[in-house]
Amino acid sequence: MIDFELTQNDRKVLSAVREQALVCRQYARYHDENEHEFPPDELEEAKDYPEIYPLFLRSRTEEDTSLGVMSMLISMGETWGDYSVRMRRPKGGGLGNAALRAAGTPEQQKKWGHLTLAMAITEPGCGSDPSMVQTTAVLDEATNEWIINGEKIFVTTGCRAEGVVVWATLDKSAGRAGIKSFVIEKGTPGFVVAHKEKKLGIRADDTAAYVFQDCRIPRDALLGGNEAIPKAGSGGFKGVMKTFNMTRPGVAAIGLGMAEAALDFTREHLEAVGLEVHYGGGRQNVPAAVERYRELEALFEAAKLTILRAAWLSDQGSSNNLEASVCKAKTGSVVRQVTQGCIAILGPMGISREHLLEKWFRDVRITDIYEGTGEI
Amino acid sequence: MISFKMTDEQEVVRDAMHDFAEQAVRPLAREADEASKLPEPFLAQVWELGLVSTQLPAAYGGAGEQRSPITNVIALEELAWGDATLALAALAPAAFAFAIAEQGSEAQQREYLPLFCDASFHAASLALVEPGPLFDAGSPRTLAEPAGDGGFELSGAKCCVPLADRASHFLVVARRAPRGAPGPVSQQLDAFVVPRDAEGLSILGPEKNLGLKALPMATLELESVRLPASARLGGEAGCDVQRLIDTSRTALAAVLTGLSRAALDYCVPYAKSRLAFGQAIAQKQGIAFKLADMHIETESQRWLTWKAASQLEQGLDATRSAHQAYAYAADHCMWVADEGVQVLGGHGFIREHPVEMWYRNARTLGVLEGTLAV
Repeated sequence: MIDFELTQNDRKVLSAVREQALVCRQYARYHDENEHEFPPDELEEAKDYPEIYPLFLRSRTEEDTSLGVMSMLISMGETWGDYSVRMRRPKGGGLGNAALRAAGTPEQQKKWGHLTLAMAITEPGCGSDPSMVQTTAVLDEATNEWIINGEKIFVTTGCRAEGVVVWATLDKSAGRAGIKSFVIEKGTPGFVVAHKEKKLGIRADDTAAYVFQDCRIPRDALLGGNEAIPKAGSGGFKGVMKTFNMTRPGVAAIGLGMAEAALDFTREHLEAVGLEVHYGGGRQNVPAAVERYRELEALFEAAKLTILRAAWLSDQGSSNNLEASVCKAKTGSVVRQVTQGCIAILGPMGISREHLLEKWFRDVRITDIYEGTGEI
Repeated sequence: MISFKMTDEQEVVRDAMHDFAEQAVRPLAREADEASKLPEPFLAQVWELGLVSTQLPAAYGGAGEQRSPITNVIALEELAWGDATLALAALAPAAFAFAIAEQGSEAQQREYLPLFCDASFHAASLALVEPGPLFDAGSPRTLAEPAGDGGFELSGAKCCVPLADRASHFLVVARRAPRGAPGPVSQQLDAFVVPRDAEGLSILGPEKNLGLKALPMATLELESVRLPASARLGGEAGCDVQRLIDTSRTALAAVLTGLSRAALDYCVPYAKSRLAFGQAIAQKQGIAFKLADMHIETESQRWLTWKAASQLEQGLDATRSAHQAYAYAADHCMWVADEGVQVLGGHGFIREHPVEMWYRNARTLGVLEGTLAV
C-alpha cells in the first residue's frame, strides 16, 4: 500500500538519531575550523547513547519501513547534526566496504570485511569517467602477485581507512572492460598516502591522495576473482558501476540531511521575528520570505521522496539504475538551491560563522560532485 | 511504513485509465480546444466509468466503495495524460459530491448524493477562486453574513467555476466575518450549497481563458443571496474548508503530473527522430539534459502528490503536503511544458502539435485551486 507515514518503531530509531545528532553538532564548528584534527572515532558522550543500527535491527518488524529506506532517513538524520562528526564511527563503513559487499567473493568478504576500506577511483586526469583509469595492474606470474602503479586523488577517509579498493586497468587498450578493482591494505610496501586535501567544506573529513609505486599485492586481491577481460560492451563496466546504484541514494541522503538542517534553522529564525510559515493560503498573499521558504521546502521534499523511492525499489529487489541516478542528480541541485536560498532569506545571519548555516552551504556543495557530477 | 507499492487494484485502475485516456480522451483534445467546446458524448462515456458514483454510499445509490484519494490521483494522472481539460470536466462534479459525502449533514447527503448516482452525467461545482489580484484560498473575500432567521446572506464573486453553464448547484466558499476580523480565519470559513436558480446569483457568460478552453468556466456574482441555515455544509457543525482546499490541490497536482508526463512522452520520440546536423537532436546534450530533467521533475511531482493523497486517505492533516504538491507541480509542470515547446522548436509553436496547448493548460492549471477533488 502506498504510505508515507513512519511507524512507532521507525520514529523511535529516528528520534535516537536526532538526539545523537544534536550532540555531534556541538563539535561541528570546532572540526570545521581545525581541519587537520580528525574527529574522534567515538565521542566522550557515546557511553550515554545506544548504538543506532543494533537498536534499529533489534526492534524492527515486518510492519516497519524497509531497511534501505530507513537507512536513507538515518543518514539524513546524522548529517542533520554534522557531516563528519559521529557519536561512533563503525568499522567497515567505508565506500570500499560497499564495493566489497557488492562484488567480493565470500572469502574476500571474510578477509577484509572487518576493515574500514576507502575507495580510490579518481586520478589527476580522470574523474567522472572511470573508464579512463591510468593506474595499472600487472600480473607477476612468478610470484603470483599483482604489481600496482599509479596515482589516486580525492580518496574519502583515505588517511584513516585501513585499506582501500583501487580501480586499476589490466589492459589500457581494452578501455572500460580492462578495469578491475583490487583490495590493498595499508602498510603494503609501495603504497603511500601522499597528502590530505584542503577543501571548501567537509573539512573534518579526510580526503587523501595516494601513490602506488610497484606495490605488490597477492593474486587473490582482485575483487570478485575474475581476471578475464570481457569483450567490449559485454557489461563488465556496468558491473563496477553497480556499486553506485547502492551508494548514490546514500550520497544524496547525506546532502539532504544538511539541507534539512538549513531549512529548520531558517524556519526557527523566521518564526523568531514573527513570520510563521503557513500552508493553508495561496501563494500571492504571503510575505516574500515565507513564499521563498515554502518553495525551498517543497524542493527538499521532492528530493527526499526521489531518494526514498530509489531506496525502496532496491529494498523490493527491483532494478533502480535510473532512479539512483535521478535522485542523485535531483538532490545535488536541490541541496545547493536550498542552502543558497536559506542564506538569501536570513541575510547577514546566513553568512555569519557564529552559526552553522554558512558551513552547511559549503559542506553540501561536494554532494553534487562526488560519485559523479550531476551534469554527466 | 513508508512504501511506494500500489495495490493490485490500483495497478488495474492505472492500466484501465491509461487505455481509456489513450483511446477516448487524447483523440478528442485538440478539436475540443479549437472549438472551445466539450464533446458531449465524452461526458456520458466517462460517467459510465463510475469514477464518482462508485465511491458514494450505497444508501444513496452509490456502489459504496471506500473512497481512496490515492487510487483517485492515480486515475486522474492517467486521465490528464490524455487531456487535462477533459479530465477536469469529467471530475469537477466530484469536488461537490465528495465534499457532501465527507462533510455534509445527513440531510444534505440525502438530498444531493443521489444526483450523482444516476446513470447520466450530473454537473455541480465547487466555487472557491475569486477574481482580482491577491486571491488567497485560505482567506476569501466572499462574505456570508448571518441573516435573522438563522440563515445567511452571501455577497461576493467567484471565478473559474467549472461547468457553470450546466451545474445544478455550487458549493460556495465564504467567510462569516470580514477580512481582518479577530480570531483564526480558518474558523470563520464555511461552504454553502447555492442552487443555480438562487435569487441574487448571476452566472456570467463563459470566461475566455488562456487554457482549458474546452472546459466551460464562468464567474458567479453573488448579491445578497439569501440561504437557509440548512445550506451550510455540515449543517450547524459547519465544515473544514481547509480540507476541501487540500483535496482540490492534491487533485490538481495529479492533473499537472499527468500533463507533464504527456509532454515528456511526446518529446522523447520526437527528439529521437528529429535530425539536425547529421544526428538526432536527442543526441545533443542540450536536449538530452532537458529530457532527463523533464523526467526527473515529472517523477517528483508524482511522489509529492502521492504523499498528500496518502495523508488525505488516512485522515491526517494534509495541508502542508497538499500545498507542496500543488505549488511544486504548478511550477514544475509549467517548466516541463515550457521545455517541451523548446524541444519541438518551431513545431512546438504550431497548433498541429499538442505541446502549445499543454503550455497554455499548464499555466492555467497553476492558478486554479478549488475545482476538483480526489
